[in-house]
Amino acid sequence: MTTEATNPPHTAARSGMSELKRQRVRAAMWFLVPMLAALAIVAAWPLARTIWFGFTDTTLNNLYGGEFIGFENYLTWRELSSGAIRWRGILADPSWWNAVWNTVYFAVISVFFETVFGMIVALVLNAEFKGRGLVRAAILIPWAIPTIVSARMWGWMLNDQFGILNDIFLNLGLISQKIAWTASADTAMTAILIVDIWKTTPFMALLILAGLQMVPRDIYEASRIDGVHPVKVFFRITLPLIRPAIMVAVIFRTLDALRIFDLVYVLTPNSAATKTMSVIARENLIDFNKFGYGSAQSTLLFLLITAFVALYIWLGRVNLSGETER
Amino acid sequence: MKWVKLTSFYALVVVIVVIAVFPFYYAVVTSFKSGTALFRISYWPESLNWANYISVLTSRNFPISIWNSVFVATLTVVFALFLAVTASYALSRVQFRGRALILMTILGVSMFPQIAVLAGVFELIRFLGVFNTPWALIISYTIFTLPFTVWVLTTFMRDLPMEIEEAAIVDGASPWVIITQVFLPLMWPALVTTGLLAFIGAWNEFLFALTFTSSETTRTVPVAIALLSGASEQEVPWGNIMAASVIVTVPLIILVLIFQRKIVAGLTAGGVKG
Amino acid sequence: MAQLQLKNVRKSYGSVEVIKGVDLDIKSGEFMVFVGPSGCGKSTLLRLISGLEDITSGDLYFDGERVNHLAPSKRGIAMVFQSYALYPHMKVYDNMAFGMKLEKAGKEEIDKRVRAAARLLQIEEYLDRLPKQLSGGQRQRVAIGRAIVRDPRVFLFDEPLSNLDAALRVATRLEIAKLHHSMNNVTMIYVTHDQVEAMTLADRICVLRDGVVMQVGSPAELYEKPNSLFVAGFIGSPKMNFLTGEFAAKYDCHTLGLRAEHILITDDNPAWRGKVVHSENLGSDNFVFLDIGAEEPVIVRREGNAPVAIDSEMGISPDPKWMYRFNEAGKPIES
Repeated sequence: MTTEATNPPHTAARSGMSELKRQRVRAAMWFLVPMLAALAIVAAWPLARTIWFGFTDTTLNNLYGGEFIGFENYLTWRELSSGAIRWRGILADPSWWNAVWNTVYFAVISVFFETVFGMIVALVLNAEFKGRGLVRAAILIPWAIPTIVSARMWGWMLNDQFGILNDIFLNLGLISQKIAWTASADTAMTAILIVDIWKTTPFMALLILAGLQMVPRDIYEASRIDGVHPVKVFFRITLPLIRPAIMVAVIFRTLDALRIFDLVYVLTPNSAATKTMSVIARENLIDFNKFGYGSAQSTLLFLLITAFVALYIWLGRVNLSGETER
Repeated sequence: MKWVKLTSFYALVVVIVVIAVFPFYYAVVTSFKSGTALFRISYWPESLNWANYISVLTSRNFPISIWNSVFVATLTVVFALFLAVTASYALSRVQFRGRALILMTILGVSMFPQIAVLAGVFELIRFLGVFNTPWALIISYTIFTLPFTVWVLTTFMRDLPMEIEEAAIVDGASPWVIITQVFLPLMWPALVTTGLLAFIGAWNEFLFALTFTSSETTRTVPVAIALLSGASEQEVPWGNIMAASVIVTVPLIILVLIFQRKIVAGLTAGGVKG
Repeated sequence: MAQLQLKNVRKSYGSVEVIKGVDLDIKSGEFMVFVGPSGCGKSTLLRLISGLEDITSGDLYFDGERVNHLAPSKRGIAMVFQSYALYPHMKVYDNMAFGMKLEKAGKEEIDKRVRAAARLLQIEEYLDRLPKQLSGGQRQRVAIGRAIVRDPRVFLFDEPLSNLDAALRVATRLEIAKLHHSMNNVTMIYVTHDQVEAMTLADRICVLRDGVVMQVGSPAELYEKPNSLFVAGFIGSPKMNFLTGEFAAKYDCHTLGLRAEHILITDDNPAWRGKVVHSENLGSDNFVFLDIGAEEPVIVRREGNAPVAIDSEMGISPDPKWMYRFNEAGKPIES
């Protein structure tokens, strides 16, 4: 105890921190180092390498044989003897722009319907009725099923010859002949959307429900006493109050939708109508032995998502960290 | 009027439940059919034929895939929780400069598209010589399990009472002692929930599992099910696929239903709170 | 057993200063109570002494040794928290033994001290229970027991009774007082917002307001000689009556302070007359609220429990021995 006390006062004054605080901050650093190191190894370093590979002509067979080629993977041109200019690279690649379109289209449509349906389910679950627990348990099932499993389950249901969905729709008179949902270019994206919306609406519903349950009940009671129409109550009171919860749910879902891979890969393999950015990037990386080219595409997807997050934070001023100002 | 309202409300409830449950129900129905019965559409279970299950469970590789999935998911979760408990203590209970930055970084990493690191992780795994082993997956899964567990445990620990920690400080407990002897016993519910969610994430992962394994004996369940196919388009073994799907889904559904309240809380932690 | 000295102690959070230069001597074996309205900094001051918060500037001495940067566990303090802060997963015995175990004390020594403390507080039969199996009062005793086991130089209490109901609060207050006497007069510092608690427990009271010490003194001193309008109004129940304007001018002051018990009810040439607007009968006393035309009704104590009719007239005069006169700055005017 005496050694602590005889600490020259000026050192203590300079550090301005008590022994307790110093001990805690030092411990915090040691606690964070392993976690940060792990993230650096599995996230930061691979990301940097991916970006680097995007500037090289590396192949899968020879990971270290690639040479730096600048932006050639992204865009380059060559003048033909005829004088015409040939553009090459990802940005001049129609299949890439097709994938970009597919991804964005998928993200917008799926998130829109998931939000609407999620809202409906959340409103139902927020009402008091017998069997509410059962309904909540039921909607957790799509969420709990692995994506691959749901892809195959739906693949079976959407089967053109023996699929039950065609049978139901025929019986209901909605369609006149059996549809090859996953194989036909016209309907493949619809099939993907159906499965994704089915699988992810529960997640949306739960997040929105959590927001709904934070709205004080007496607000509803007050407006009921005032005789406000329920629809008006929803748009004027409920919706503004749960807007933050919806915003957060939408951003998480959109990020997820932009990187979709497994559902497309399993449900509609090799269909140009559904090929997304993740699918095409992996195809180039692994299947086509164009490691550098695929890396560049991965980098572009990363940039797209980063831009989206930045835009969203900037527009919505969403406080994602949950940290409150002291 | 009231009667109409009530009826339409319950009709909506029924529609929601049917849509949510039907695909799984239909998979179960299909999994008990074999032969030509498979190709007759039926809405109700007709037979209880275990042939598909027997065929899947006695196949050479599917049981190995199940074991691979259990092994990978368990180790991933243990590893992530181990790192996350101490880190989230630092992030939730200690004031230091740069804390907000670290939190934002972790959130950023959790939003990474997996494909963005695929090339880099592929190189790393080749470099470490663990390609086509479970370790390749355990290492790569850390990228999404670790930020998630740190995030959820941080929000949970932030809510633990301040005075208990202060009492421990007065008693002379170091941060390590506070975590291991005071907080950990209070955190079991949170650890179970977080661990379960991370486990489901690892269990369901597909992209890394597909890319970092190359032989049938190292595949995890999702890859095995995705690649289960017949010799030709016409010979897709739908019965086996449905049986395998049911086998890997039923334990998950049971777990989710048991822990449903905690899972909902875990999913919404951090997200909606702020 | 320890003597504490605070010299110009300050504490700021960012640009907000919450403790604005406190000088205070706490004598060895003294029972010191920090009292003040919420937000006055009394709990912060206690936490500065405990070491849970850093002192921004100034010096803190324990027995002449500067402890500004010493960790709480090395200061020889023990603390009892408002929420008890027992370790929920540990049995009562382990709760009390935790600190000694961390100090790597011998098993027998730990056992001896835990059992002695349990005996003192009559919680021996609960040693094998978990905190959640105890009532609020029992939990608070365990918390006190945990503090005793540490054998501290200074006991710190942070509003330990505010989570208890009224009856239990009085009983536990008594026990804390007894504890102070039985423990060879160990130094105790006690934070409360309840001036009755302060008056009944303290050897000396330190009244705080907005991070500044207003007055330090024995309960009797604060009651009889408040050095400011604030202390006069804060100490004593019911609150001291304050009269201003012409009511005060009559006695050559800006504010005239009169305690309910120092007002004479008289019809013989009273200073003021007024109408009864309310009365609170406590059995032994009756507090009469009298409207004499001042901003607020004057509260007057009347002995006995004879009922007082609302709207009846009453004449009152101040007891000339107990008049508190304050100038415009709120400082007492010496007579």
